[in-house]
Amino acid sequence: MGKTFAEKILARKAGLKEVVPGQIVIVRPKHLLTHDNTAPIISKIKEELDEYGIVDKNFPVIVLDHVIPAANEKTALNHKKIREFVKRQSVKNFFDIGTGICHQVLFEKGLALPGTLILGSDSHTCSYGALGVFASGIDRTEAASLLLTGDTWLKVPQSIKITMKGKIKLPVSAKDVILYIIGNLSASGANYCSVEFHGDLEQFSVSERFTIANMGVEMGAKVAVFPVDDITLEYLKGIGIKESSYKAVWSDKDASYSKELTYNLSDIPPVVACPHSVDNVKTVNEVAGLTIDQFLIGTCTNGRLKDIEVAAEILKGKKVASNVRLLVLPASKDVFETALKEDIIDTLSKAGAVILPPGCGPCLGAHQGVLAPGERCLSTANRNFKGRMGCREAEIYLASPATVAASALYGKIVDPREVIVK
Amino acid sequence: MKIWRYGDNINTDMLFPGKYTYTCSTPEEIKPHILEDLDPSFSKGVNEGDTILAGKNFGCGSSREQPVVGLKEVGIQAVVAESFARIFYRSAINQGLILIECPEAVRAYSDGDTVELNTEKGEIMIAGKRFYFPKLPSEILAIRDAGGLIAYTRAKLRGKNYTDY
Repeated sequence: MGKTFAEKILARKAGLKEVVPGQIVIVRPKHLLTHDNTAPIISKIKEELDEYGIVDKNFPVIVLDHVIPAANEKTALNHKKIREFVKRQSVKNFFDIGTGICHQVLFEKGLALPGTLILGSDSHTCSYGALGVFASGIDRTEAASLLLTGDTWLKVPQSIKITMKGKIKLPVSAKDVILYIIGNLSASGANYCSVEFHGDLEQFSVSERFTIANMGVEMGAKVAVFPVDDITLEYLKGIGIKESSYKAVWSDKDASYSKELTYNLSDIPPVVACPHSVDNVKTVNEVAGLTIDQFLIGTCTNGRLKDIEVAAEILKGKKVASNVRLLVLPASKDVFETALKEDIIDTLSKAGAVILPPGCGPCLGAHQGVLAPGERCLSTANRNFKGRMGCREAEIYLASPATVAASALYGKIVDPREVIVK
Repeated sequence: MKIWRYGDNINTDMLFPGKYTYTCSTPEEIKPHILEDLDPSFSKGVNEGDTILAGKNFGCGSSREQPVVGLKEVGIQAVVAESFARIFYRSAINQGLILIECPEAVRAYSDGDTVELNTEKGEIMIAGKRFYFPKLPSEILAIRDAGGLIAYTRAKLRGKNYTDY
């Protein structure tokens, strides 16, 4: 009997010949990701850190991104404590404010490599599945324990095989595909499972795979993973990673799955996830005409170059509707600088966008674009939970960069296929 | 003992709003905001030993642990749900909060029914009707029983007796 991706990689990491779903294994991840939450994490183990230190200075990856630049004294103090900790413990992989959103930074810096295991104190750690990484989220307490010991337990998950057939029809994007799948499977449809993507994947760049894997957790997945193919190899080569520095893993052809699903991508229209659940997915036509107060393009889900480029193409030479706000949040400094060179930032700014610093911005409701009661936001982020953007009487709708940009021109939800005439 | 009844997909923003995640970390700071956007009456009305009964996918969303820390702090005896989201489930083990996945029991409950728990035996009684739930593997129970993961790791580092997971 063949093995799934999860079974193969966890057996390898646990030093066992084979493992089966439900089995508990002890593993040592290659890296542990933490961000602004590093401050509360290290405060749990102050004495132990003084006595034993961190397990390995190469092990943690710390990126300040969630509330940057600091919004108040408390967040400023957190950042200060983290910088002091980094210095004291000689943490090698530290990225201060402005580098970018943690998940994007791990990609760009070559820290997320195929066939490795990464745990992170952030639910969207599953994003690295785009590069064939077994990557999953954990809480702060487990991150604290990992900093000291370097190892933890994992239950070998059941696997779901999702086969994507056919080609998407532009301007339908990877975001529409994953929202459509979550709408179909439900917010708990992949609970505890490893989701493997198969089929016609060559149409998706690493950036688009990132968008899809990033949202795996929104259907409950433990990991959401793509095979390593020529597109992955090309991407890694581009950031200076040699093929000899990693060993990719993929499922066997005769692996056993708890569920196998096929989606015809050419049938998927632009979609929108409506309040207050990511699986409340409707076609853009069903919600067309709904007025919107704030538009957000960016975040770890859709803040890469291609995403904001798509938006700029739609907004070029035009202005967003009066009385609405458009916020653009590049996922990293690299994305921002490239967009600057390619005049994308100029185009967006002239169309009326406010450009935010590369970080999490208003996505989790801490600052930089919090909503007021009764307001609606159309966003390219990954969550539309009640209160997510700082106000429980506000509504969040999720869509692709093309849908958000096209809608910003009219101040209401529109079908991007009607705006893009090409 | 009061039963707090909630539905499906109760997410981490409803359990503890994201806007406080980087300003509230200690149990005392978390307590006044626990379940704020789900049920504003909860933090004032909850008492030690109360139980939460919920639907599917309880705790979905973020990896923030304030929901678990807060529920533990206010003295919730256990959360019984049809199912849990995985990060939340793991986090509960790490904090020593008891979670019981038992869809039959949740579905059998009507307002006003009595609820009795016996975690040792893996039993839950709803209005006198008995339901069973599987016990956690011993290696996981060792973490919960040590008082949570930090206490467990601390003992491990100090070389005290502990059950290796």
